[in-house]
Amino acid sequence: MSGRLIRGGRLIDRSLALDFTFNGKPMSGFEGDTLASALLANRQLLVGRSFKYHRPRGIVTSGPEEPNALVNLGTGRRAEPNQRATTTELFDGLECTSQNHWPSLEFDAGVINSGLARFLSAGFYYKTFMWPRAFWKHLYEPFIRASAGLGKPPMARDADTYEHFYATVDVLVVGGGVAGIQAALEASRAGARVLLVEQSAHWGGRTPVDGGEIDGVPAEQWIDAALYELETSENVRTRVRTMGAGIYDHGYALLYERLSDHLPDDTAPRHRLWKVRAGQVITATGAIERPLAFAGNDLPGVMLASAARDYVVNWAVNPGDRTVVVTNNDDAYRTALALDRAGLMVKAVIDARAQVGGPLPDAVRAAGIRIETATGIAKVKGGAKVDGVMLCAQSGAGSVTEEIACDAVAMSGGWSPVVHLWSHCGGKLNWDEAAAHFRPDPARAPTGADGAGFVRTAGAASGPMSLGAVLGDAFAAGQGAALDMGHAPKRGAAPAQAEDAAEAPLEPTWFMPRRAKHELRSKMWLDFQNDVKVSDVELAAREGFESVEHTKRYTTLGMATDQGKLSNINGLAVLSDALGSPIPEVGTTTFRPPYTPISMGVIAGEARGALFQPIRQTPLHAWHVANGAHFEPVGQWHRPYAFVKGAETVEDAVTREIRAVREHVGLLDASTLGKILVKGPDAGRFLDMLYTNMMSTLPVGRCRYGLMCNENGFLFDDGVVARLSEDEWLCHTTSGGADGVHAHMEEWLQTEWWDWKVYTANLTEQYAQIGVVGPDARDVLETLGGMDLSPEALPFMHWADGKIGAFDARVFRISFSGELSYEIAVPAGQAAAFWDALLDAGSVFGITPYGTEALHVMRAEKGFIMIGDETDGTVIPQDLGLGWAISKKKTDYLGKRAQARSHMADPERWKLVGLETLDGSVLPEGAYALAEGQNANGQRNVQGRVTSTYRSPTLGRGIAMALVHHGPDRMGEELEISNLSGEPVRARIVSPVFYDPEGEKSDV
Amino acid sequence: MSDAKSALPGAQYDGLARITAMGPRGMITLKGDLASTALKNAATGIAGVDFPDQGRANCVGERGICWMAPDELLVLAPYAEVQTHLASIARTLGTAHHLAADVSDARALFLIEGEAARDVLGKLTPADLSPETFRPSTFRRTRLGQVPAAFWMRDTVSFELISFRSVAPYVFGILSSAANPDADPAYH
Repeated sequence: MSGRLIRGGRLIDRSLALDFTFNGKPMSGFEGDTLASALLANRQLLVGRSFKYHRPRGIVTSGPEEPNALVNLGTGRRAEPNQRATTTELFDGLECTSQNHWPSLEFDAGVINSGLARFLSAGFYYKTFMWPRAFWKHLYEPFIRASAGLGKPPMARDADTYEHFYATVDVLVVGGGVAGIQAALEASRAGARVLLVEQSAHWGGRTPVDGGEIDGVPAEQWIDAALYELETSENVRTRVRTMGAGIYDHGYALLYERLSDHLPDDTAPRHRLWKVRAGQVITATGAIERPLAFAGNDLPGVMLASAARDYVVNWAVNPGDRTVVVTNNDDAYRTALALDRAGLMVKAVIDARAQVGGPLPDAVRAAGIRIETATGIAKVKGGAKVDGVMLCAQSGAGSVTEEIACDAVAMSGGWSPVVHLWSHCGGKLNWDEAAAHFRPDPARAPTGADGAGFVRTAGAASGPMSLGAVLGDAFAAGQGAALDMGHAPKRGAAPAQAEDAAEAPLEPTWFMPRRAKHELRSKMWLDFQNDVKVSDVELAAREGFESVEHTKRYTTLGMATDQGKLSNINGLAVLSDALGSPIPEVGTTTFRPPYTPISMGVIAGEARGALFQPIRQTPLHAWHVANGAHFEPVGQWHRPYAFVKGAETVEDAVTREIRAVREHVGLLDASTLGKILVKGPDAGRFLDMLYTNMMSTLPVGRCRYGLMCNENGFLFDDGVVARLSEDEWLCHTTSGGADGVHAHMEEWLQTEWWDWKVYTANLTEQYAQIGVVGPDARDVLETLGGMDLSPEALPFMHWADGKIGAFDARVFRISFSGELSYEIAVPAGQAAAFWDALLDAGSVFGITPYGTEALHVMRAEKGFIMIGDETDGTVIPQDLGLGWAISKKKTDYLGKRAQARSHMADPERWKLVGLETLDGSVLPEGAYALAEGQNANGQRNVQGRVTSTYRSPTLGRGIAMALVHHGPDRMGEELEISNLSGEPVRARIVSPVFYDPEGEKSDV
Repeated sequence: MSDAKSALPGAQYDGLARITAMGPRGMITLKGDLASTALKNAATGIAGVDFPDQGRANCVGERGICWMAPDELLVLAPYAEVQTHLASIARTLGTAHHLAADVSDARALFLIEGEAARDVLGKLTPADLSPETFRPSTFRRTRLGQVPAAFWMRDTVSFELISFRSVAPYVFGILSSAANPDADPAYH
């Protein structure tokens, strides 16, 4: 570890060495290292390649804004691409590889030399790939796909688990630097419920590195004491490794907690997504240092000045033996001092400003470090790493005045407040001319439902950068947030007092030197990951891109995984310069959540594997599983499609089940059928409006089939309605439709007919409903004894309450199969016992449980429609030959007026018929009835379509239902039906009722 | 009739909290004018507890009244008594416009008990579970994972929760997953 300093490193524990590998190379670091600090400690400067030109890339920051040091982390089931080395905590056994290199990181065949680079300028995708058209599919797209993307997507199923957590607080404070801590202290002292989160593993933010005193003690000591107070307060919760990912309307915030990234674990969740409702949010998110744009600023060894001192102070890592600091502000002088204190050589501080003075520069001068004013870097020398810098006058065009040999460059272009969270929900920004950055405008905060702001910024996120101003701002934010939540701040409270060095203003420096020629500008990187340079943005401006949003998309500036955290301000400043319009007029691009990427797994949370989706199970589910059920989804339900026995195929099972029902008796679990109780003095009138036919005239004890249409006249549900008493009806709905129909009823009752006296209750799950179906059905039930089920006592389309065997039952004589059929409702808790009793009683009759496919085939044989097969949201009852179920007497029902519209009443609408193939084959699903000629798009004309198609074991042939132009008038005509797998199939138009057209079998 | 079976008889998971799938409980949906004395009498007569305010439930043992909506209550009682109570409601309310229905079999009942019960539920429901807001007698109809659910506190460290019967395996699954002892949010 030659990059490790002998002393220091406030975050590392030298007694705990950790082994890891980078591109298979064994390396070691210490507990407390980030992957980035450990790589630097192992002198691994080159960590990846850029996206477009495959330029060598080194670590440029020490935090979440890192654009370069992205690695494939882990292997197999724990592989994840694009992990930032700067925020990845080192753990023992960590394995990572660099990205976007081929064949190796050190020798990359994809490096684009400077001659070719000019063909990859701004908008090159748009320009190059437009023409010739055929090249897109065969040449360009495969090329782009092969070279696109940085990391490799994992191929194995994720080994880790994830979860969500909901919290409701008065004040959410995002950011655990001194500002966040001060704000949380004030809010909590006033009595508010506070949640304070910090994205890194450590409290205090930059302050422990940058130094200073708070309340007369060193900052670190103040931080420890403040944390103790917070952590021992009953009304405060604190979390490290928890990032504020996004802020949304109504005080909703998403936080991303990394629980075991730093100690991979098979049982603990990896990440937790917090969904927080906060009365007030304080974003104490600090600031991000900007790079400077000078030629060669992308070489490994060029780093942000703040990062250079972070590596020295936090991890005792040496960013370079001979460093040149280049700056336009006083803050970077702290880096020179930190390096000097650590015994590292600082060759010079290059300052773009003409006048340099004040405590920080004076201290640097006092340390014997050379300062060059009004100077810039003309060019960085070096190939794969920094060998030196060439200096020039900042105001000039780049004539080299001097060369300084060095192996590191620490740059600072000033600081930009992190305004992302403030902006997510609509907070607006002002351009601060003096500080040369955008900062939140407190007068235009994100507003809540009451029109008042609910987000405040605190500390550097508000704009001020000096310790004293930061603490004062945070104090006010904490008090303000508490006050807004109805908690009065403590009397006599005062902000923590800070002592730190006064700083002179910076000089906005968007590139170096001021009048650099094109050749230099085309080597000044703005976006390191996506290879966007000053010259690209200027080209976009020349080509007419005036909007920053358009320029972003045209040049790809800020579209990389760092989302422009380093590049955006510099890029828009260059654009503003090129356009000759002031920065505030150019504006920023939109800040969107998440602040930094969050894992896909954490979004899913617990919803994976068996818990991916709730599956609704009937009370007989266990029996079905134990008896060979082949399930199909029906809405959220899983229903048995068929019960497969022994060596049977599923198709064999369906055939067997149908034969058993038609010849003897079958048993159907119809529990999923919707059952909605409608009760009240106005219930009859209400149902007359909901159904197309009359329900108010239905006598007590009788059942009637009904159709429901929406306001546009389209059929959306059907079922049998039973009248239970004078003011009570039970409405059966389709299995998938129960919740929707209930909601539909409530919507009309609550919004339109609020004065009608009607109550509804969805009793779907209270009852299991079991169909006993077939010629022997009555005999089976009579074996069990109980109520009188004779045709005289309980005729077809009647219902009755009574006992079957020992079971309290409600029996409906309704049939969806065309056979003698009893549908029997028992409480769900009795279902299994009742089913067993029926199996037992029916065994001598060969009683056969059957599934939904047999149900479907039998209903098609009878010409009964199925919602979702014969209907698709564009079909009205009149299309389906259901005119008989539409009351002519009623003055109104939902859909009545719509059905009178000219298109609905058009005789040219396709209408329901049966189809019989001439060769007995089964028509393909969704096939079309072909017509002569072609339409304007060169497609074959059609005159109808197949809505249901099955093999009918009863008839021994394929049968189908179809909607056909003038269908009912064309009985006996032959049609050609499309067939994707071969020649069209010929079929004859017939009645849709294939089986027992007189209905004699069900009414016995 | 044979003995009523609940959705997941005997299911239990011990983790951050203990999750138990409970046996059958009598539940009656009662809709009507909550301000009417007859309806109040009908409900309190069954449950033997005070009539609850909006958003509240008064529960003692197997009995209780839960406020479901401005025109709806859920009345809890021992399972075996439900038919008797339905008859008494019909008598008490007579011709007053109301709806009373047995929903005992439509539901699954779970008990979540232990000091971490709030943290376990907090992974699944957006309801504010902080002790100041959610106290014994608070009642919430809300969402648990991807399904509707309602819950109330039996005492300061245990919740009773109802879901629809058909999703009982899912509800037990997500509650157990949330009670993973290695995933303690240690928040509430």
